[in-house]
Amino acid sequence: MNLAIRDINYHRGRFILTSIGLGLLLGVVMSMGGIYRGLIADALAILQATDADLWVVQQNTNGPFAESSRIPEDLKYRIAGVPGIAQASPLSFQTIQIERQGKPFRFFLIGYDQNGLGGPPAIEAGRPIRQKRYEMVVSQGTKMNLGDTLHLGLNDYTVVGITGKIVSSSGDPAVFVTLADAQQIQFKKDNNAIRNDRARIEAKVAGMRAITPPQAKLLKENIAALTQSTHTVNAVVARLAPGASLSETQERIGRWNHLRALSVAQQTEILSKGMIEKARMQLGMFRIILLVISGVIISLIIYTSTLDKIRVIATLKLIGSQNRVIVGMILQQSLLMGGIAYGVGYILLSLTKDKFPRRIVLTPFDLQSLLVIVVLICTIASLVGIRKALRVDPAEALGG
Amino acid sequence: MYAVEVAGLTKIYGQGDTAVTALCEASFQIEPGELVAILGPSGSGKTTLLTAIGLINEPTHGTLVIDGIAIAEEGWLPGLDLKTIRREKLGFIFQAHNLIPFLSALDNVILALEINHQPRAEAKRRATELLTSLNLGHRLHNYPKALSGGEAQRVAIARALANRPKVILADEPTAALDTENGKNVMALLKKIAEENRSAVMVVTHDHRMVEGFDRIFQVHDGRIVREERAPA
Repeated sequence: MNLAIRDINYHRGRFILTSIGLGLLLGVVMSMGGIYRGLIADALAILQATDADLWVVQQNTNGPFAESSRIPEDLKYRIAGVPGIAQASPLSFQTIQIERQGKPFRFFLIGYDQNGLGGPPAIEAGRPIRQKRYEMVVSQGTKMNLGDTLHLGLNDYTVVGITGKIVSSSGDPAVFVTLADAQQIQFKKDNNAIRNDRARIEAKVAGMRAITPPQAKLLKENIAALTQSTHTVNAVVARLAPGASLSETQERIGRWNHLRALSVAQQTEILSKGMIEKARMQLGMFRIILLVISGVIISLIIYTSTLDKIRVIATLKLIGSQNRVIVGMILQQSLLMGGIAYGVGYILLSLTKDKFPRRIVLTPFDLQSLLVIVVLICTIASLVGIRKALRVDPAEALGG
Repeated sequence: MYAVEVAGLTKIYGQGDTAVTALCEASFQIEPGELVAILGPSGSGKTTLLTAIGLINEPTHGTLVIDGIAIAEEGWLPGLDLKTIRREKLGFIFQAHNLIPFLSALDNVILALEINHQPRAEAKRRATELLTSLNLGHRLHNYPKALSGGEAQRVAIARALANRPKVILADEPTAALDTENGKNVMALLKKIAEENRSAVMVVTHDHRMVEGFDRIFQVHDGRIVREERAPA
């Protein structure tokens, strides 16, 4: 006869409520792990969607996801010419926050070469960008629909396609536009700034007495063209030719004194370790604290439940019950409570994870690890009750 | 062979100046099938005697033999599995029935049998038979809280009888019952003693409940001060 099951069945209302309460707590613990995995998945989403072998960025920087990296667009030609490179494409990245429908709307703008790498990975609705200007493909996270428009910089951009859940390392949904559009949005100065620049250049050139008026005119035009140029990108991504050595190609590009060539592994390291390390530690601390709290709660529940059963335990001892029957009853109840709570937490999180503002990724490894931890906590927590039970004097069954 | 033999059984709590003699030099034998009452006021030592015979409370001095097995001689004898002896030789009836609240009447009795390694089917058959014989056939699947005080005490008696014990120890079995139910329980214990050939020792402080007992031990200040036998 399984006393643990009988007791639980008899007090099922109390047991279920307790397990649900504990399940909520374990659900939070699970969600912390899921948020952490989601952070990694988000951080690596663009990296993986780009499917490049090398990320060429400004020297002494960690690339566009970690810090500012600006390189000339025409470097794509030089990179493409490096032995071992099969394809090179420029990319532009920018986080933008605007007001949309009366609410702050934050997204990660990716400008890509229509014939190159780094575009939206799969179109789930609509079509890819076909025109060179004023079209965009948005990720699902923007909650925008086909045909919606966004006013960015000086122009309106229309949604022509919707891609999957691509987000930046900060969790902002991705918006894809052509490189030219992205450069305009990021680098194009407004008319006032252009007028100010022109006036400043004119004043400076006017002060140069050594040059003739035609030379001054030419100089002004060239300087203005340079200051107004938008042909800057944040990175050039490249794919290696079959059989090419990654390290040798990296070294070749690295020899140029104003560039750094990062491998995907290095970018992954920067994104997953560097950028979300603090978040990982923070979430890890929360998980540990919540697990300790869960352990304390289970211990208290099992202990008070044991106190409630002192006379039952004394009677069992008096009628000759083996200690393993009593230990088994307490241990099984603790494990069952933990198991049910774990199940409640898992079901709850599975049902709600898509409603979280950030991605929650539940991996089998995390879930199995947590289950093992819960089993350990329940076993340890039950020791308090077991210790109490084993100390019960059978004589306590006597008397009124 | 006696069901219970005690000689010079003594229990002293504490040591030196703080020593308290709760039971002093108790000596008697109880035959199988005999119904014995241990009567005395609170604190007289009757429960100490019961717990010593029930193998819960180690006697300080004296000898204890149950169903021919030497149990204590100046303390527990070494090498004995008291739990097994308690399970196989003794049955307990408590003041407050002490049924397991989350088990039905039937399961309470089955549990006692399963603890004694009886197969489930055999345990169920025996438990049903016992409860039916105690007029509880209609209450087999009721939980203790649904039973009246008298019914609960009869289930407790069935549990005590389950393993066919040689000695039944009852601690104030009528204390929580009204007079009529109390008398019924006592009559039942007498019947059990006669039919099962079990020695039944009942601790009580209620003189009115010991009518029809074979022997009555009066306990006072830890000593058996009087022994009365029922007229033949």
